Amino acid sequence: MSNVAIKPRRKSSGGKMYNRGAWKYAIPAFIPLVLLSVVPLVQAIWTAFTDQVAGYNVEIKFIGLDNFRRLLTDTMFWASFRIGIIWAVSVTLLALVLGFGLALLLNQKLRFLGLMRVLSLVPWAMPPVIVAIMWSLLLRPSSGPIDQIFSTLRLPGAGTDWLGNFNTAFPTVILIGAWVAMPIITVSILAAIQGIPSEMIEASIIDGANAWQRFRYITVPAVRAITSALVALNIIWQFSSFGLVFVLTAGGPGGKTFVPALFAYNEAFKYGNFGYAASMGVVMALAIVLMLGVYLKASKREDVQR
Amino acid sequence: MSTNAVKQVKKKRKLYLIPTYFLVICYVIFLGFPFLWMFTTSFKSPYELLQLNQSLFPEGFYMQNYVDILEKRGLINAAKNSLVIAVCTTVLTTIFAVPAGYAIARLRKVFSGAATAWILISQVFPVSLIIIPLFMAVRRVGLLDSIWGLVLVYLVAALPFALWMLKGYVSAIPMDLEEAGAMDGASSFQILRHIVFPLLVPGIVATALFTFLNSWNEFFFALVLIQSPESETLPLTLARFMGSEGQVLLGPLAAGAFLATIPSLVVFGIMQKKLASGLLAGAVKG
Repeated sequence: MSNVAIKPRRKSSGGKMYNRGAWKYAIPAFIPLVLLSVVPLVQAIWTAFTDQVAGYNVEIKFIGLDNFRRLLTDTMFWASFRIGIIWAVSVTLLALVLGFGLALLLNQKLRFLGLMRVLSLVPWAMPPVIVAIMWSLLLRPSSGPIDQIFSTLRLPGAGTDWLGNFNTAFPTVILIGAWVAMPIITVSILAAIQGIPSEMIEASIIDGANAWQRFRYITVPAVRAITSALVALNIIWQFSSFGLVFVLTAGGPGGKTFVPALFAYNEAFKYGNFGYAASMGVVMALAIVLMLGVYLKASKREDVQR
Repeated sequence: MSTNAVKQVKKKRKLYLIPTYFLVICYVIFLGFPFLWMFTTSFKSPYELLQLNQSLFPEGFYMQNYVDILEKRGLINAAKNSLVIAVCTTVLTTIFAVPAGYAIARLRKVFSGAATAWILISQVFPVSLIIIPLFMAVRRVGLLDSIWGLVLVYLVAALPFALWMLKGYVSAIPMDLEEAGAMDGASSFQILRHIVFPLLVPGIVATALFTFLNSWNEFFFALVLIQSPESETLPLTLARFMGSEGQVLLGPLAAGAFLATIPSLVVFGIMQKKLASGLLAGAVKG
């Protein structure tokens, strides 16, 4: 009797819904989001169309698309834009591979698991300021411990100023970026792997699935959703982050690590051009939306194909 | 027979142990060495730190580094501020995000798509540009240079990711359970409280852990929104110390860095078991 009333009416529209009162739960979270996230966002976009500069009581004029026209011919910005994309994608992929591997190891029955679990969180537990300083001290040429290991073992590359060398600075910073980004990926993927019912794995073993097949047909589908979320978010975070690069190399040597967020930051807080810097932010945001759109479409298509 | 097959696979696994442990060692070094080096450096005397070819382990335990950083640099007050901020942010974010994350995961495609897009957009815009309007907004409500202003900003900064993460965990919970609940006449809140929530605990723990560590470590917002030393957070104090004399006073800096890392390690130690419990296993059958 009552079953009829509860039966979901929206089944035809594709989504199943058994808890129709759920929308109310979203309200408390969205009020602070609107006030302190959406409103400043709109203000910042508005700034991109003005000539606002730093300082009090400066008259602000609406100048339309002037900032964007100037930006189009700013070759330094586009060089930095390219570095930003390489940085975001490399850090994300490297951290994903390393983090996935670590999550798989942490899911095994091994010795030193407790130690590994704690260690896997260390990069995340450390304040980024400290991480950056720590690595720059570790990588100091000659007196830093890493260079001492290199020269003791007579490895190629001994004596290199890893963060100051034209060829090594960017790869080194990417590796450190992946070191920092790994823990979130490891924890999330591990949580998803541990959500797989053990009966499912045992059943597959009885059916004769080998380790690769178990990985391919049980583990990968189980972590697919959280992995695409992690990839999307990491690309966003990395593309608009500059803290690590700021402390490690300050964009150098010779602009090799000059990510666009740092470029915009300098424009705003070093030179005080708020309006022009805001237009860079808008362009970066558009680029991220574009990248995400392509990515989400691709991962959705993959879901459909399965 | 069936247990035989399982045993066989377990036997086979022994062959993989050598490369597996090789990988384990690589990870341990990669993840642990920088921290270990920082830790041992915190016990080295200024004289030892000037030597070339130091060993990894200190010659003795030079505790003066710790005394130095705790006594002179206002570190204890900064640590207290950081702790209050991180705990409040985590509690508030969890209270707001769990129901909202559930709603986003379970609502109609149109609505949940719009919410997801909104969450993403708020993440997309570079923080260094939102900071100017945000600064004005916090000043308007009179919370500038206050740790409560920072809690508010961190809550807003943490919510999008918390919602996104929880949405993923909710989607992994089989809908059959909720259907069964609805059939039995459970109300909307009862479904959330008694069916979804228990299964969501590992996801909530992961989300809370994420929020705590992010607020504990955050630097940029604090740098802009906090001005007086009494309201400073730990990263601010350490950065100030580092900027002024850190390159010279490596020992105290390492000691401070180590101390700043402890609370996060403790939090993870507490939460580790819950993370591992994998509540979802067998829930549909049981």
